Amino acid sequence: MLELELEASRGELEVALSLSAASDRCLALVGPSGAGKTTVLRVAAGLFRPDRGRVTCAGETWLDTAAGIDVPPRSRRCGYVFQDYALFGHLSARDNVAYPLRGLPRAERRERAGALLARFGIAHRASARPRELSGGERQRVAVARALALEPRVLLLDEPLSALDARSRARAGRELAATLREIRVPAILVTHDFEEAAMLADEVAIVDGGRIVQRDEPGRLAGAPASSFVADFTGASVLHGEAEPEPGGLTLVRLEGGGSIRSTDEGEGTVAATVLPWEVSIEPPGWSGEGSALNAVEARVSTVTTIGNRARVGLEAPQPLAAEVTAGSAERLGLAPGVPVVATWKATATRLVPI
Amino acid sequence: MRGSPAFALAAWLALALLLSFLALPIVAIFVDVPPADLVAALGEPAALDALRLSLIATAIALAIILLVGTPAAYLLATRSFRGRSLATTLVELPLVLPPAVAGIGLLAALGPEGLVGGALGDAGIELVFQTAGVIVALVFVASPFYVRQAQAAFASVDPDVLAASRTLGAGELRTLLAVAIPAARPGLVSGAALAWGRALGEFGATLVFAGSLQGVTQTAPLAIVARFGADFTGALALSGVLVALSAAILLGVRYASGPQALGHARA
Repeated sequence: MLELELEASRGELEVALSLSAASDRCLALVGPSGAGKTTVLRVAAGLFRPDRGRVTCAGETWLDTAAGIDVPPRSRRCGYVFQDYALFGHLSARDNVAYPLRGLPRAERRERAGALLARFGIAHRASARPRELSGGERQRVAVARALALEPRVLLLDEPLSALDARSRARAGRELAATLREIRVPAILVTHDFEEAAMLADEVAIVDGGRIVQRDEPGRLAGAPASSFVADFTGASVLHGEAEPEPGGLTLVRLEGGGSIRSTDEGEGTVAATVLPWEVSIEPPGWSGEGSALNAVEARVSTVTTIGNRARVGLEAPQPLAAEVTAGSAERLGLAPGVPVVATWKATATRLVPI
Repeated sequence: MRGSPAFALAAWLALALLLSFLALPIVAIFVDVPPADLVAALGEPAALDALRLSLIATAIALAIILLVGTPAAYLLATRSFRGRSLATTLVELPLVLPPAVAGIGLLAALGPEGLVGGALGDAGIELVFQTAGVIVALVFVASPFYVRQAQAAFASVDPDVLAASRTLGAGELRTLLAVAIPAARPGLVSGAALAWGRALGEFGATLVFAGSLQGVTQTAPLAIVARFGADFTGALALSGVLVALSAAILLGVRYASGPQALGHARA
């Protein structure tokens, strides 16, 4: 369990927030750049000292400005993956990973570093310098180096944003697997809600140095507390198994029942994403005109009116969010408990392999 | 420069003029006197003494500059503290100080009658007319060349890389030795070369503060000046050796840290 509260001013920005992350859970901080997300990570790692604050990890106090406690970064054992990875340019990939293993015999350091590189599929790049590695390889070295520390907390600062679209999907999958394996609290910082929804168990939306709303990603998109959160929490993420269909579409059997189609190609375990404003709401019993239109039976869980639009949280086997005009929300009589059919086009369904 | 042949021509001419002006004296040193005479002039004990003293004194001075200047430059580059810009200015002051003034200042501070010279004398440390005094003068005059360059090199190291080292269990000393210095190496090497070159040519401050005693404080530049009235060939021979040494330092640095290392160091 990592608990953190802080007050700090950084230039124009006043950061004031508190949060906690349970062991083996990943909390994502999502917000625009300059919202104070990275400050949270730096305070957790001991790289930045806030005006007032407290950080505890597994009952150990790392920072307590009132009591004058400030454990230096080297003694906190925070696995920190920096935004541009901050690899040591003069060291090979293996020596980068072995850096935190000081104190062990040389042979053991090499062996452990080699094993970590192998775990991330880059054992053959062990002697390469960071500048000789691809973006995806650098990212894996950075994660391996953080794990070599046997960290008590994992801190990830935009771990995927430096990658191109193709290596991003793969790195995201690997990172999701890593986060499932490790048994320590993790904090992920990203400006991309979809990335957060895929990797994190819980999402906190950060704006102007404050946590605006915090919830599970599916519920957050369904019941945003403000228009800012509504705009920021984009897609709903549905997990399922994909298989190609004769017609050229991809069928996704959703976990918990139901199926949808996508024009994206995909096979095996996938995350299907759809933006709330692509989803429209029809009365129960409605059936669409063929396979190009997805239809999922659901029950309204929340209706949040933001100006002239209404964000509708839907309780289906997996939570889903729709956005309709305030007028049609009224016309359809949308209220918690009302059964509906959520419908959207196969062309509006993105598939991301997991 | 495309489309303006007149300007291009003028610029090329300017470069040619500059290069020949800079190269001419250096060429003259080697062609003015037959090489055999130069080698013979080097055989004199006074010339050998001066060269040996120059090498030893500059090596010790450089070691002191590296040992003290590196952590100091690191601090100036990576920490913000009250008075930092004042400290930076102070570090650079000897660059613009006339060497003779530096020598006078050292005398006034460390000489027998100086500000702290009395205390040094009581402790049995004498600098004036001693080799130690030469080293003090060299460190004073040459250290800014290293510290300035080192500060710039450390400042251009990605702060996240230093932060990464700290989160990975390294203390400040290990971060400096294992991460910051290797990352800043090209700048540090070229700064050290500049400082060494400056120390090797140091004249004014050494003469005023330590004097020109053969074998004790008479470094190669002092020996050149001491003899050029009476023995121009000998002065030329020593000059030739200094030119060769300086060129060797310059080329060595270029070779060791790539073509971009001199002048503008980037980590």
